[in-house]
Amino acid sequence: MSQISISIYRYNPEQDSKPRMQSLEVEVSGDRDLMVLDVLELAKAKDPSITYRRSCREGVCGSDGMNINGVNGLACITPLSKAAGPARKLVLRPLPGLPVIRDLVVDLSQFYEQFEKIKPWLINDEPPPAIERLQSPEEREKLDGLYECILCACCTTSCPSFWWNPDKFIGPAGLLQSYRFLADSRDEATAERLAELDDPFSVFRCRGIMNCVSVCPKGLNPTRAIGKIRNMLVEQGT
Amino acid sequence: MSGFRQISFDAIIVGGGGAGMRAALQLSQSGFRTAVLSKVFPTRSHTVSAQGGITCAIASADPEDDWRWHMYDTVKGSDYIGDQDAIEYMCMEGPQTVYELEHMGLPFSRTANGRIYQRPFGGQSKNFGKGGQAARTCAAADRTGHALLHALYQGNLKNDTVFLNEWYVIDLVVNRDGAVSGVTAINIEDGEVCFVAAAAIVLATGGAGRIYASTTNALINTGDGVAMCLRAGFPAQDMEMWQFHPTGIHGAGTLVTEGCRGEGGYLINRDGERFMERYAPNAKDLAGRDVVARAMVLEVLEGRGCGEQGDHVMLKLDHLGADVLNSKLPGILELSRTFAHVDPIREPIPVVPTCHYMMGGIPTNIHGQALTRNEAGEDVAVPGLFAAGEAACVSVHGANRLGGNSLLDLVVFGRAAGKHIDELLRQGMQARQAASEDVDRALSRLRRLDTSSEGENTAALREELQSIMQLHFGVFRTGEFMREGIAKLEALKPRIENSHLADKSATFNTARIEALELENLFAVAEATAIAAEGRDESRGAHARDDFRERDDDNWLFHSLYFPEKRKIGKRVVNFRPNVVDTFQPKARTY
Amino acid sequence: MVTNATSLGRSGLFDWLVQRFSALVLLAWIAWVSIGVIAAAEFGYPQWRALFAAVPMQIFSLIAVLSLCAHAWVGVWTVTTDYLNEAHLGKAGTAIRLLTQIACLLLTLSCLIWGARIFWGSG
Repeated sequence: MSQISISIYRYNPEQDSKPRMQSLEVEVSGDRDLMVLDVLELAKAKDPSITYRRSCREGVCGSDGMNINGVNGLACITPLSKAAGPARKLVLRPLPGLPVIRDLVVDLSQFYEQFEKIKPWLINDEPPPAIERLQSPEEREKLDGLYECILCACCTTSCPSFWWNPDKFIGPAGLLQSYRFLADSRDEATAERLAELDDPFSVFRCRGIMNCVSVCPKGLNPTRAIGKIRNMLVEQGT
Repeated sequence: MSGFRQISFDAIIVGGGGAGMRAALQLSQSGFRTAVLSKVFPTRSHTVSAQGGITCAIASADPEDDWRWHMYDTVKGSDYIGDQDAIEYMCMEGPQTVYELEHMGLPFSRTANGRIYQRPFGGQSKNFGKGGQAARTCAAADRTGHALLHALYQGNLKNDTVFLNEWYVIDLVVNRDGAVSGVTAINIEDGEVCFVAAAAIVLATGGAGRIYASTTNALINTGDGVAMCLRAGFPAQDMEMWQFHPTGIHGAGTLVTEGCRGEGGYLINRDGERFMERYAPNAKDLAGRDVVARAMVLEVLEGRGCGEQGDHVMLKLDHLGADVLNSKLPGILELSRTFAHVDPIREPIPVVPTCHYMMGGIPTNIHGQALTRNEAGEDVAVPGLFAAGEAACVSVHGANRLGGNSLLDLVVFGRAAGKHIDELLRQGMQARQAASEDVDRALSRLRRLDTSSEGENTAALREELQSIMQLHFGVFRTGEFMREGIAKLEALKPRIENSHLADKSATFNTARIEALELENLFAVAEATAIAAEGRDESRGAHARDDFRERDDDNWLFHSLYFPEKRKIGKRVVNFRPNVVDTFQPKARTY
Repeated sequence: MVTNATSLGRSGLFDWLVQRFSALVLLAWIAWVSIGVIAAAEFGYPQWRALFAAVPMQIFSLIAVLSLCAHAWVGVWTVTTDYLNEAHLGKAGTAIRLLTQIACLLLTLSCLIWGARIFWGSG
């Protein structure tokens, strides 16, 4: 057994006039490298009022995105050893840039609104064939690195452009999904999709800071997808 | 209790996973006011964790493939207590349902000629078991559940389904005629309690794997729908049938898809022996999951387990080569590196059988209507109540589910429930009236928690429940040991019923939700325990040391657990498919 | 609420292309002047005057000043819409941004006219 010190961002609007950091010591067993979520669960067993979202606990549902020692990530697949370092100290805060509902739970409405803006569904008005629409493995390969997004919001909430214009800049997650449909050989709405992106904010607020790439827990590259959208806009617009 | 708001819809779906969203999509497309109430944002539902694929005979890998072969495999896999009318419906409707998903945008992997890629999975055969291994599982790499769930969410967004996300349903509102008129629910974000009324209520709340200490299931799989039915006095079917997936990562419980073995991986013991050759000479590592899981446990018990404790076996993949692993099983590489600290390209993955799937659930017909028993002992539909997916027991999985059949079950029966409700609504089905005391009753457990002043807290009680289930109702079971488990559950019951909620705040109170979930876990665990003790035979996933043989004379039946009597009865299995001839029970070997 | 009314082309693509294209012009102009300066055996005010006396150079320079102004305007517009808004400054945000933008616009226009006078004027 060993001790881990955690500092957790606490805010309950019914009790607190402003947020505070709570310090906690948690006993962890030494035989396995725990994930940050495991430590949080231990902390919650001690103090059930600690609040965060979680579901799959294996990095595929995207519930437990949070700011771990200054870096956005998923608590369930961030090993304690990597997050806390040799100092064995964990600092947990909510994802930055969005309103906090309680403790580590943020209001993701703006994030979802930006996602919905890009019409995240396949558009193809041709009557479908009796079987599946055919797609070559090469065409399908273009969707790799795009469709895997889990909407955890780690990227978008680490993006200064999104912090400054959350109502207008679609943000890395939404744009990655936008390109997922632009790149799909089965989608027929390329021109309409591009027309809706051609304002000074939706795409062009990306300044290539690449925080999104460095934090994505699935190793995806939104900046590259945004570059590809820009190239498509250039091709269509000139 | 007064002061709650009432909201009304044509139909409400409880649960935003694959089954729920498929049902919602069907109804929204028809223009009915449909709401999905989900305790998590829909794409965080457990369907997202499904890896290997969705099994159905689309005849891509093999142009000769036939849904009847798929049906044969499924009936055999179920150890003959799957309902053959339902299995027939699922296998026959499957291809159309999968094509619809593809048209919706699901990014399936592809073959060279542009069709959907299919991989071999356990228990699959050609030509009614006589033509060797089939490849029938349609896959989007090893992220099929994720791709499917997101495609369904996208389809629902397109069709303007109303989403009440992060709403937790507390109980069914049942009126004096025994009809379901809605649900009571709490908006997690602000704590507001509502009565949500509708003509049709679909329970698509998924499984309850969290009754076990070691499970591949998400933390949210707490059996809410099944428990709501039990509290309302409706029966649950085949609750003793729990699938232990052969390959959960040792220590972490994370799932490693059967697709690994489908792509050519195999299990080895401490001597490096491919032991499945001894247990299933034909299908080897692709035998039914119950067969493989038992073989693994026997290897460990007989001292051939791996590791210092000798408590697991290994899944070997390295011989497949980096290219195959990177293109076909990228998610598995990621999970193994994260949770097992091994790189499957070079070394085998430590695995153990881990609780994975609830074959039982709310009994339904193929239209998704929830069934109960009348006084004459006949099946009758509960007015207003429907169920689909893992929460339901229609029953296509019987005593053991085949890999890849769960995603198919979700979409086929989610769609079927949607279609049937569509028809009923067109015929003028209305929401049933509820009196205020009916709503009150459905709020009683919330009220109890909110006024509790002493008692134990949730986390410790939950842990105790999970270890009882793990110990007494695992892969191998014996009567005496199960009765001991039942006694422990009985002792635990009042402690859970009197648990204490210290934090009573309204805003995003997850402690309150977890306390409500614990009661649901307990209800499911109790049904499981009593049904398991009652079925004195071995069949499918239910393996008893004291009754090692399958007993078709007495137990070619579903078990039906009645919550008020805390007893099980029998329900006949359907052996009357509409198109094909009945598959008669045979000895089940792989 | 930040709107697009004051952006240069009202199209993200147009503004983006203007900024890239103007940057290329400025790069070419700086390179051209630098070569002129470095290549001269002896360099002083007369040589500097002579460099700009040729009509092609005068046209090029005017294009460079235009590019500088466009480049600056797109940049300033972006920065003001990032930071000078209601999220950062409260209700006065829009007014402050508009005033800042007008001031910057006037300054840019002044620079443009001044530049034109230097290259084409009586001087």
